[in-house]
Amino acid sequence: MRALRLGYVPLLDAAPLIVAREMGFAEEEGLDLTLSRAASWSQLRDLLDTGAVEAAHMLSAMPVARALGLGGGQGRIEVLMVLSLGGQVIGLSGDLAARINAGFGNPMRLGATLSGRRLRFGVPFPFSMHALLLRYWLSRAAPDLHPEIVTVPPPRMAEALNAGEIDGFCVGEPWGSAAVAEAGAALVLTGSQIWSQSPEKVLAVQAGMGEAAGPLLRALMRAGRWADAPDNRATLAELLARETYLDTSALHIEPALLGRIADQIVPQLLTFHDGTANFPWRSQAGWIGQELARAHGLDPGPAMAAARAIFRSDLYRRHLSGMAPMPLSSDKVEGGLAHDESLPAQRGLLVLRRNRFFDGAVFDPALAV
Amino acid sequence: MENALTIIVVEQDRDRAMMIVDALREAGQHRIQIIGSGAGLARRVAEIRPDLVLIDAGDPSRDALEELTLAAGALERPVAMFVDRSDQGLTRTAIEAGVSAYVVDGLRAERIHPILDAAIARFHLFARMRAELVATKAALEERKVIDRAKGLLMRAKGIDEAEAYALLRRTAMDQGKKLADLAQALVTAAELLK
Repeated sequence: MRALRLGYVPLLDAAPLIVAREMGFAEEEGLDLTLSRAASWSQLRDLLDTGAVEAAHMLSAMPVARALGLGGGQGRIEVLMVLSLGGQVIGLSGDLAARINAGFGNPMRLGATLSGRRLRFGVPFPFSMHALLLRYWLSRAAPDLHPEIVTVPPPRMAEALNAGEIDGFCVGEPWGSAAVAEAGAALVLTGSQIWSQSPEKVLAVQAGMGEAAGPLLRALMRAGRWADAPDNRATLAELLARETYLDTSALHIEPALLGRIADQIVPQLLTFHDGTANFPWRSQAGWIGQELARAHGLDPGPAMAAARAIFRSDLYRRHLSGMAPMPLSSDKVEGGLAHDESLPAQRGLLVLRRNRFFDGAVFDPALAV
Repeated sequence: MENALTIIVVEQDRDRAMMIVDALREAGQHRIQIIGSGAGLARRVAEIRPDLVLIDAGDPSRDALEELTLAAGALERPVAMFVDRSDQGLTRTAIEAGVSAYVVDGLRAERIHPILDAAIARFHLFARMRAELVATKAALEERKVIDRAKGLLMRAKGIDEAEAYALLRRTAMDQGKKLADLAQALVTAAELLK
């Protein structure tokens, strides 16, 4: 057995790591996993930078930010696979939601009703899909709104709403539902309603560590497949809820795992494996690079190139081609698919899931670079 | 003081904060301020315009400080997480001790070292105190459960305390179990049979 240390932040989407350990997928690959729970993304980054963990469950924008020279820490970090798509929820304070009759699930209409206000939103980290999706949505649906986006650690989100520090938030479950229970927040949108296929968490390693990561990638892919199966989600809720992991009640996390937010079933809410969810598309990296560059006043061209280089789709292909059909290209047109579509792959067929931005925009990497 | 640095200690617990401040005073004459890790952390830190910020590496509020690393952020002088490229050992020791330092751009590493060394020593002490506290608590819990088990045996069998204790010990040894585990099993069983 090879000992391997992985870092994670206690969220629903840490599931692939926890399942790989608890359901035996890692053991089948000859891996003895130790999981280190971090209290913040900064702490997780330190663990990875200093080699205290060999790989980490990380916000997809963090390795890209590092490649662009943004934020703390040092050393090159690379992405070996995508661990989850979606899973973000957007909420407003109960007062604000009632005043504007916010409803649920209509980004365009909601943006129009928010336009012209001065609003402050909390996100878990400056470099996160949460911040990027919020900016993307509001800049298009509410161009007169100049939102202030501040970092609020998710366990403080309810308190920050109650204290009037923020008017709304974008966060991962279970923290959105916690803000509903503890601060009377109203969930008004999901990340998947802004972009139906946003890469949320990735597996990050120090540069050079990816060459030998085959067993880990295989274990995590099997774990993601297991976690995605609807029949396993009740068991998954019990597993994640344990004291060593999320330390909460399974009742708090099961609804989101079953796709239920604000008492409605949301398609594509949170995906661990389905379609091509695990493939680290260079076009995803390019989109993140472009949006981070826009947010932080950098030149988008070089930012996209730097971002693309750290999404190691080449290593993913090398390690997993025996296990899953691989796409012919490592790029796809993001936002360009109104319906699921099958396409020929190396060995068999692949299913690309519906991939849409709420405003119908497309991000074509061939045109963007 | 020309040479004095402005240092912020982010720490919610007043006693711990004072202990860190005491240690830092021994590392030189500096202006030290304590702030809690709650609301608007990044803004409050920025207002004080520190040279150095020290925070528990495991504090969930740490991510709010990441905003300070953005040049366009709240500070005129961007703050970076302290990583000493010439002394990897120090950075690593700090992280292992559980303290993170954020320093203003341009502050020389040799000015930071004595302060960080003092903080590291104090955080090591905290880790030991925490471990001792956990051990003491566990020992107290065990004592309580053994006392309850003794009481149950004394009532059920009409024996005195010394006899009850001897019976527990003998049974635990015969079954190769820890005394506390056996006592817990007895207490649980008694509750079920109530």
